[in-house]
Amino acid sequence: MNCDAVIREISSYIDGELDVTMKQELEFHLTSCKECTMVIDQTKMTVELFCNEELVELPPDVRSRLHQTLLRKIKEKAV
Amino acid sequence: MPRPRITLSVANPHRLPSTIAREDEHLLVAAAKRGDTAAFEELVNRYERKIFRLTMNITRNREDAEDAMQDAFLKSYSHLKDFDGNSRFYTWLVRIAANEALMRLRKRRPNQVSLDEPVAGEEDLMPREIEDWGPKPDQRFAQTEMRQILNGVIDKLEPDFRTVFVLRDIEELSTEETAKALGISIPAVKSRLLRARLKLRERLNRYFRGSAPN
Repeated sequence: MNCDAVIREISSYIDGELDVTMKQELEFHLTSCKECTMVIDQTKMTVELFCNEELVELPPDVRSRLHQTLLRKIKEKAV
Repeated sequence: MPRPRITLSVANPHRLPSTIAREDEHLLVAAAKRGDTAAFEELVNRYERKIFRLTMNITRNREDAEDAMQDAFLKSYSHLKDFDGNSRFYTWLVRIAANEALMRLRKRRPNQVSLDEPVAGEEDLMPREIEDWGPKPDQRFAQTEMRQILNGVIDKLEPDFRTVFVLRDIEELSTEETAKALGISIPAVKSRLLRARLKLRERLNRYFRGSAPN
């Protein structure tokens, strides 16, 4: 497996979707390719950074408008 | 048939107590289907933050994100009877919210969203910038600064790629759920996710490179 093939399989590798043979070939390439190893590690970290972003509270004005609108529309439907 | 009880509170910071256990989402949905608006409110309280994050991440515009979120919750309420329970309620809600957000994005940027197009071409994917980030590069930034960096890089991502990345990696939908939500093929989801991840890595490289300790 060359660098180009490794890059094309990065997502599947990160997501654990590669079959055993492909995974072995990719990992064998990594033993001698510092660049691909960096790209894989950094892509994993990129995904983790976005995944781990803390869920913030809704801004109070946004939450207020959401609940007011839902209340009004649901009341209209119920009448 | 008795009229459903309206108990939806207005921006009440003290959320309605639910007698239904948190993991029993299907019971809340069943109660909401019977017209129990308190049960529906519990679903809104549970998911409003995630849905707003989703619509913000897709539209990158607060006004559009708020409208998309409101309409998504209203549509989910109106169409609860059509929810068959074969998927999680949250996944169904995400699908509605993603479509509401995309509709607004298409209006604002009509030439940039083409989610119904086939898989992206076989362009060169090889990263141009590969540099050592050193150990834990993210910890060299304050939390607020890090959030600004992440917002900045995802903001510049093309909407087609960003939407798939948001659904797969931030909202953690499966490839199949993402494909269904967006009405595109599984290979298209995989292709766009790969490109999104590589582009984001490359853009983060500009912040993290050179900060590796000597």
